[in-house]
Amino acid sequence: MANGRYFVAPPSPWPVVTALGLALLLAGFGLLLHGGSLVPSILGAIVLLLAVQRWFAAVIRENQAGLYDAQVNRSFRLGMAWFIFSEVMLFGALFGALFYVRELAVPWLGGEGAKGAAHLLWPHFVNHWPLLEMPRSSDFDVPNAAMGPVGIPAINTAVLLSSALTVTLAHWGLKRKARRALAGWLLVTILLGVTFVVLQLHEYAHAYRELGLTLHSGIYGSTFYLLTGFHGLHVSLGVIMLSVILGRALKGHFTPTEHFGFEAVSWYWHFVDVIWLGLYLFVYWW
Amino acid sequence: MDGKGVTLVGLWVPVVASAAQEEPFGLNMHYGVTAAAHQVYQLHMLVFWVCAVIGAGVFAVMSWSLLRHRRSRGAQAARFAGNTRLEIVWTVIPALILIAIAVPATSVLLAINALPTPDLTVDVHGSQWRWHYSYTGHELAFFSNLDSASREASRLGATRFPSDVSYYLRDVDNPLVLPVGKHVRLRLTSDDVIHSWWVPALGFKRDALPGYVNEADIVIERPGLYRGQCAELCGAGHGFMPIVVQAVSAEEFQSWLAQRKQAQAAERSAAAAPWSMAVAMAEGKKVFDSICAACHQADGKGIPGAFPPLDGSAVVNGPLQAHLRFVIHGSPRNPVMRPFGKELDDRQLAALLTYERNGWSNHTGDLVTPQQVEAAR
Amino acid sequence: MSEATIIPIKGRNKAVRGWRRWLFTTDHKEIGTLYLLFSLSMFFAGGILAMLIRAELFQPGLQLMQPLFYNSLVTMHGLTMIFLAIMPALVGLANWQIPLMIGAPDMALPRVNNWSFWLLPFAALLLWSGFLMPQGAPNAGWTFYAPLSTTYGPPSIDFMIFAIHIMGISSVMGAINIIVTILNLRAPGMKLIDMPLFVWTWLITAFLLVLAMPVLAGVATMALFDRHFGTSFFAAAGGGDPLLFQHIFWFFGHPEVYIMILPAFGVISEIIPTFSRKPLFGRTSMIYAVSAIAFMSVIVWAHHMFAVGLPVTAQLFFMYTTMLIAVPTGIKVFNWTATLWRGSLTFEAPMLWALSFIFLFTVGGLSGLMLADVPADYQYHDTYFVVAHIHYVLVTGSLFGIIAAVYYWLPKWTGHRYNERLAQWHFWLSAISVNLTFFPMHFAGLAGMPRRIPDYALQFADFNAISSIGGIAFGLSQLLFLWLIIQTLRGGEPAGARPWEGAHGLEWTLPSPLPHHTFTTPPSAETVHAEGPHAHG
Ligand code: HEA
Ligand code: HEA
Ligand code: CUA
Ligand SMILES: [Cu+2]
Repeated sequence: MANGRYFVAPPSPWPVVTALGLALLLAGFGLLLHGGSLVPSILGAIVLLLAVQRWFAAVIRENQAGLYDAQVNRSFRLGMAWFIFSEVMLFGALFGALFYVRELAVPWLGGEGAKGAAHLLWPHFVNHWPLLEMPRSSDFDVPNAAMGPVGIPAINTAVLLSSALTVTLAHWGLKRKARRALAGWLLVTILLGVTFVVLQLHEYAHAYRELGLTLHSGIYGSTFYLLTGFHGLHVSLGVIMLSVILGRALKGHFTPTEHFGFEAVSWYWHFVDVIWLGLYLFVYWW
Repeated sequence: MDGKGVTLVGLWVPVVASAAQEEPFGLNMHYGVTAAAHQVYQLHMLVFWVCAVIGAGVFAVMSWSLLRHRRSRGAQAARFAGNTRLEIVWTVIPALILIAIAVPATSVLLAINALPTPDLTVDVHGSQWRWHYSYTGHELAFFSNLDSASREASRLGATRFPSDVSYYLRDVDNPLVLPVGKHVRLRLTSDDVIHSWWVPALGFKRDALPGYVNEADIVIERPGLYRGQCAELCGAGHGFMPIVVQAVSAEEFQSWLAQRKQAQAAERSAAAAPWSMAVAMAEGKKVFDSICAACHQADGKGIPGAFPPLDGSAVVNGPLQAHLRFVIHGSPRNPVMRPFGKELDDRQLAALLTYERNGWSNHTGDLVTPQQVEAAR
Repeated sequence: MSEATIIPIKGRNKAVRGWRRWLFTTDHKEIGTLYLLFSLSMFFAGGILAMLIRAELFQPGLQLMQPLFYNSLVTMHGLTMIFLAIMPALVGLANWQIPLMIGAPDMALPRVNNWSFWLLPFAALLLWSGFLMPQGAPNAGWTFYAPLSTTYGPPSIDFMIFAIHIMGISSVMGAINIIVTILNLRAPGMKLIDMPLFVWTWLITAFLLVLAMPVLAGVATMALFDRHFGTSFFAAAGGGDPLLFQHIFWFFGHPEVYIMILPAFGVISEIIPTFSRKPLFGRTSMIYAVSAIAFMSVIVWAHHMFAVGLPVTAQLFFMYTTMLIAVPTGIKVFNWTATLWRGSLTFEAPMLWALSFIFLFTVGGLSGLMLADVPADYQYHDTYFVVAHIHYVLVTGSLFGIIAAVYYWLPKWTGHRYNERLAQWHFWLSAISVNLTFFPMHFAGLAGMPRRIPDYALQFADFNAISSIGGIAFGLSQLLFLWLIIQTLRGGEPAGARPWEGAHGLEWTLPSPLPHHTFTTPPSAETVHAEGPHAHG
């Protein structure tokens, strides 16, 4: 309660339309999986994007109209912080799965540990990570090599880390009222983000073509693609958000003291960054 | 007496009144026939009484307030809002009670899970929806299916009443025969989804996981028939995969083994017998009833919406090769129709297909030969 | 404290009218109403499924349906009740009450609030659409264990998974909104420690939601990938493990059950003092107890997996942690009892439901403690003993708490008193029939009846006949409740600002029915103090 003024958002059609779009999109996926047409999901995606766009436009308008006070800003900050926490839990589940199979399931199948009796069923399987032989390889795409930490992954680590640096530089620019520094460094950050995604896709192509490592390569392929894939999606999302922020920065929406939109996105970007470090450590290196 | 009669009467007296035999009516956990089961039972009773006493205590105090401290009896509200000593007491005492429970629970758990070297090991495979037992080192193995009487009576719109069936849903064609007083180890796994092997009298249930092995040890004290059923949701037939353990003396067990092996040998020599329609149909019916009937039903009518009928089915009455491929390699679309190529040998498959193609109202007239099956593999 | 005003914005003060009003609303009261009405309808939807279950189980043999359809009924009953009935009801209560109880003008993020609600009807549609699909609605149990739900699941499972994603987003967004509102919008002078217990329990529940729901989304996604994209998270042939599913699911699943009970605890902690005309006993220790329960709830998950053959050390660890939860929960039960002690009790409907909550939840909790003893659970697991436990904690726990809350606050919401005589009937009919339904299940379970079976051996016939009769009776009793709500909405004796003279809290300083805008001016520090925990003075 900075100045005793409360702001309460007016009725808005966009949340319910957003919900509709999301439902359409997912229902569309469901139909696709069972030989349905592509139309519903595309329709859903369009509705979703439009609704979200209108929704955020409204928020930005109100913000520019100076309707938001310190308290509203605090609400947004808290909201963003807890949203990121929920994302952390999502990745927590995925990492948890990786640790479980590596430390327990696969050794058991290989005849080690408390439940090693499983080996009776897979006499030829040896506990070895990354799995190049599954318990029943005949049913899977057997990769001829695993992902190493060197090469593209290492480069991508450098790319993301430096992008973390550049958003911070942009932030300083913003604090110094240096609009050009702000926009410049934001642009660099976006480009780095794009580079990351492109390299990642290139690496996937390499894995599929040369290594024969696919989603269908047993638990190694499964965990590899799920973890890196989810992260890749988040990076792409981050890039989009950064672009919006760049647009707003050029419009001069941000002041040295009041620029929550910018901060929210940079928090998100740092989160994506940290997740990648975890991935690099546990998926590529360990 | 019809089914409705049973329940209504049953409301007043335990339903032993019906013609058929059944397990006794019970209110409490099975005391069991293994040391482990007894320990579990005693632990159960201990915790039960602890909970009963705690509950009674809490309820007594509450009821006292409800009776004495009502405004209608002119009760004036006191003002106190806490009492640190009291709160410490009812934090510490429950904690102590819990320790008092945890100690015996721990010792029982460790006792149950000790795995000394067994006298006999049986591999137990759960599959939709029957159990398969193989006595390791005795090249003896067989399926154990829900008995046909229960299967008939349990069908939707059945004319036969459950109350007329002995041990309704708790009886099988081939029970698991085990020696009394010997140390038996079960190694459980599954061919498809998760099942759970549970015979209350033995004092535990253990999941049968696809691709993994769980072990459980039992020493049965008394001869007898001990009944249970699958305890993990495993699809349409989950309620219909009973377990019967027949515990016999060590001597009887040995003779049973011998005679079971003889029977198997006999079947093999029968395999030498010339291949005729009659032979094929007879053997085919055996295979069908022990495996396929679980889904497609003994009368081949299947279960609408769940399992297709074979009586008059297009596949069964269609070209033989397609039919063979379907049974050997399983359905390309529905995993529940699994490949039987590994499970059954050429002769069994030939007999089975002959039976299907000429059973019920199917009259393709073709006698499938083991050679044809071999060719189709 | 400077004068606060709503910034006039087009559309806000002259709220949108007609059907669009409900679609577009950003008002916490309207959204709360939407949540409660939606939940009410879902309760009856799930209730009808339960009635079908009880009808099939009335006697041995299959009378009404094929086994697979029965499995769908059980699955959909569980999913509907948990995700579409109990949870929305609790969020609805939060929407109505939290702003009123902390003196805030509305929820912190009103548009997000609207979104959180409107996601739910769509999720419900996706989930229930399964009944129209080949092979029917999801049938692998509400826990949808792999591989039954993956390799062997019907097409509708995919739509269930997407429904779960949507419901997850809804819960997380709702929870974030609640946390932010509580942390940021409290009336000046209201310290965290002085917040009403309903607000406290919801703050902690919301934290659990943000922690648990994403994990559920994760495991559901893995199941989707195993179903369609060739991964083998839960298939040993590829190096996965079916138990991986269960571990992740229950890491969500156990906090989930406390998510469903903690707000009910809060409701009881509001109602008992009111009708005892006495301050809540051991207020601070209540708050610590709830926090302790929440913390422990994330380290007990494998107590649902004692029969899967975990390493013995793991079984021991999870047995101890699970048992430990009895201590903080006990503190709550004891404190409620001490609050009653030497009070001046009256027995209006909210009090009756609250009291039966304490009695019957304790029964459920104690059976939970029995389940926690691993060796004994080897026998109890997946039997009707568990079904009895879950209904004593969920029906006579969460649901009774919700019904108590509705009776308690209905006069405030509608401005009318409900028909007390009818309410007493509703209570006694429900209280008797609910025990008739679920108590015999303890015996059926101990006698050896597994859960999730459409047909059973003859020795279980008696228990099931009784449960079915009780179940139908309980279901019908709820129609009375429906009628009572309609009646109260329509009219009745004006409630006045403080219908319960023993009640304290900011919500009672406002007129009933509540004006469209409340606390556009924050309540004065004096009011906050007078209505705070030190009231009853
Ligand atoms: C609102 C929901 C809710 C709540 C609050 C609880 C509370 C508890 N539950 Fe329950 N539980 C479920 C919902 C809930 N449960 C559901 C839905 C399932 C089944 C899921 C499925 O498989 O479908 C389940 C299953 C379940 C299992 C698995 C059973 C099995 O499948 O084999 C276990 C095992 O430990 C368990 C234990 C407990 C314990 C120890 C508590 C404790 O929190 C209880 C604590 C309370 C008390 C103990 C009573 C009051 C305390 C006192 C009076 C103090 C003195 C007491 C002592 C010192 C003992 N529960
Ligand atoms: C809170 C959740 C909840 C509720 C309320 C119920 C209510 C009931 N349940 Fe449910 N049940 C579960 C949760 C719940 N159940 C779960 C999780 C399972 C496990 C599923 C699985 O195994 O996968 C289960 C399983 C289950 C089984 C076991 C099936 C099996 O294993 O084969 C049975 C069998 O009798 C059963 C019966 C009933 C009955 C007769 C009711 C009756 O109480 C129904 C009558 C109730 C009503 C008609 C509605 C009452 C509500 C109101 C009046 C609204 C008030 C609220 C507002 C105003 C917002 N339930
Ligand atoms: Cu097999 Cu249930
Ligand atoms: Cu639990």
